[in-house]
Amino acid sequence: MSAVPESRSRKPGRNSARAPGSRLIGAALSRLGFSGRSLVIAIPGVWLLLFFLLPLLVVAKISLSEAAIARPPYLPLWEWSEGFLNVRLNLGNYLFLLDDPLYIAAYVESVRIAAISTLITLMIGYPMAYLIARSAPETRNILLMLVILPFWTSFLLRVYAWIGFLKANGIINNFLMSLGIINDPLVMLQTDFAVYVGIVYTYLPFMILPLYANLVKLDISLFEASADLGARPLTTFFTVTLPLSVNGIIAGCMLVFIPAVGEFVIPALLGGPDTLMIGRVLWDEFFSNRDWPIASAVAIVMLFVLLIPIMLLRRVQAADEEVEG
Amino acid sequence: MKLLATTCTALVLSTGSVWAEGELNIYNWSDYIAEDTIEKFTAETGISVNYDVYDTNEVLEAKMLTGSSGYDLVVPSLEFMARQAQAGVFAKIDKAALSNYGNLDQDILDIVAENDPDNTFGVPYMMYSTGIGYDVDAVASRIDADKIGSWDMLFDPETVAKLADCGVALLDSPTEIVPAALNYLGLDPNSEDTGDLEKATELLLSVRPHVRYFHSSQYINDLANGDICISVGYSGDVLQARARAEEAGQGVKVAYIIPAEGGRVGFDMLAIPDDAPNPDNALTFINFFLQPRISADITNFVFYANPVTAAEEFVLDEVRNDPGIYPPAEIRAKFFSLKPHGSRYDRSLTRAWTTIKTGQ
Repeated sequence: MSAVPESRSRKPGRNSARAPGSRLIGAALSRLGFSGRSLVIAIPGVWLLLFFLLPLLVVAKISLSEAAIARPPYLPLWEWSEGFLNVRLNLGNYLFLLDDPLYIAAYVESVRIAAISTLITLMIGYPMAYLIARSAPETRNILLMLVILPFWTSFLLRVYAWIGFLKANGIINNFLMSLGIINDPLVMLQTDFAVYVGIVYTYLPFMILPLYANLVKLDISLFEASADLGARPLTTFFTVTLPLSVNGIIAGCMLVFIPAVGEFVIPALLGGPDTLMIGRVLWDEFFSNRDWPIASAVAIVMLFVLLIPIMLLRRVQAADEEVEG
Repeated sequence: MKLLATTCTALVLSTGSVWAEGELNIYNWSDYIAEDTIEKFTAETGISVNYDVYDTNEVLEAKMLTGSSGYDLVVPSLEFMARQAQAGVFAKIDKAALSNYGNLDQDILDIVAENDPDNTFGVPYMMYSTGIGYDVDAVASRIDADKIGSWDMLFDPETVAKLADCGVALLDSPTEIVPAALNYLGLDPNSEDTGDLEKATELLLSVRPHVRYFHSSQYINDLANGDICISVGYSGDVLQARARAEEAGQGVKVAYIIPAEGGRVGFDMLAIPDDAPNPDNALTFINFFLQPRISADITNFVFYANPVTAAEEFVLDEVRNDPGIYPPAEIRAKFFSLKPHGSRYDRSLTRAWTTIKTGQ
């Protein structure tokens, strides 16, 4: 309760420096039911409204339209003619997505690839986050720096660098062949394997950082207590550390899983032609078919595909907290 | 206060003619102009140029259909330009303002007019063909000599199978590959018939297991490095790969052929968006380009043929005599060009392409 509204502040020393006008406005606002606090919240609120909700509504609007050769390449949703407001909503775009198994296959495949990548990222990220959280404070900062360091180079460049590693006469194949371990180059680029490598590599920091933030706060005395009571390190990990870090795991997994589902660049550059992900289907609809309404419908459905598991998870979390409380 | 004064001046200037004459915003394909063209243009006219690049027609099209792109001059391929013109995104070319318009090859203008009636919206910039780029030694050691120079190299499953180990690539563009397949089957490359599309799909599915990847520009480097040994490709791009392979000196020899069954001929067009901020400067640039020396410079640099008749004498002999750049009459006779499709067919085409690529 530290956010005391300006208008109610009774400290004369501070208020006297202000123009009387601002106090009047503050008083007027609080009489209308606005406190300084709600104003502070209003700024991110307006931001979300302008840059998240509004664009989303535009996409939703286009998804109910009909493609046309025009600029913009779809028909208007409503028209005034002779005093009548004619509204034409085309739900056919959504029905069309059910018609062709391609779209469902692409959603399922995207979720599958994202889920597997998230799992691998967790497996690699957890020990790293644990190590950083348990290291001495001065090394900790250096290690965290190293995790963030790749962000200083363009994401696109880093994905291109992987092409250099994975391709037929790339670094890995040349190295293995020079050692005589393999005779023919391994096919790694343009496969699902390369997509997993790309996603895991790119999103690893997003897994490590929330996990670290969670693990660093854990009370070491709990582990000592567990050991004193005779638990082996592994038992301590599974009965104490893991349950306590579940919120960090969820946060990290969400940060990796959600963008990975809609990933376009990584499958386009590293994936094979048969890597079917929703980002690519969307590209085709938008650019090759010039069908913005269908493309918008694909995007809206994807949003719901992602929204439902998140909401279910929130509900589970909320229930957990109630039990704990 | 100083900031306010500057803003006011800028406003006055931007509404006045002084400012408008100073700028030109060009949006062109990547690697599609000579190194010194822009420099020379600015030196001659005093107009400063903002030059941006793209690498697919689709990206340009999305910008045109959205509107307010801010560009004064864009370079869509003919069949794309024709459709965008239907959507009303281009201004008519004021031919009277182009004193060098007469330098254009009339035959080429006639061919282009099939898609752009009366050459209303575009001025041809460069010509290209779609054919086959291949690694001469790698291919010769794997397939029969009589197959070389034919679409059999890519569309006959038995022949492609022999090339699979050294790398086969196709352009990731159904509008290029499907017409080539239709033409190979003896069907109309511009056919919108569903049965024809099915036949082409079947043919492409039969060679699909041997295709390593689909990409529209990756093959340039890969051919030059020997990472792949054959690809469908655009003439100038393959010739650039050939030049890079020579420079690298790794013993890779790249060749470009327009197959005997016929290849696709295409035109990239200079067009002015109807909401261009500086349309007059765009016309000035087109007129500048139509000078024989300028267009010849570009051809010498990018290995694409230009439509300016008098430019021929300034084109280097090695470029002029390359059948990949200036094909001889008997190859030209087998050329086919593409027409814009209706959106219904485009959807079927994209869908068939997804089936070919993913098996879905």
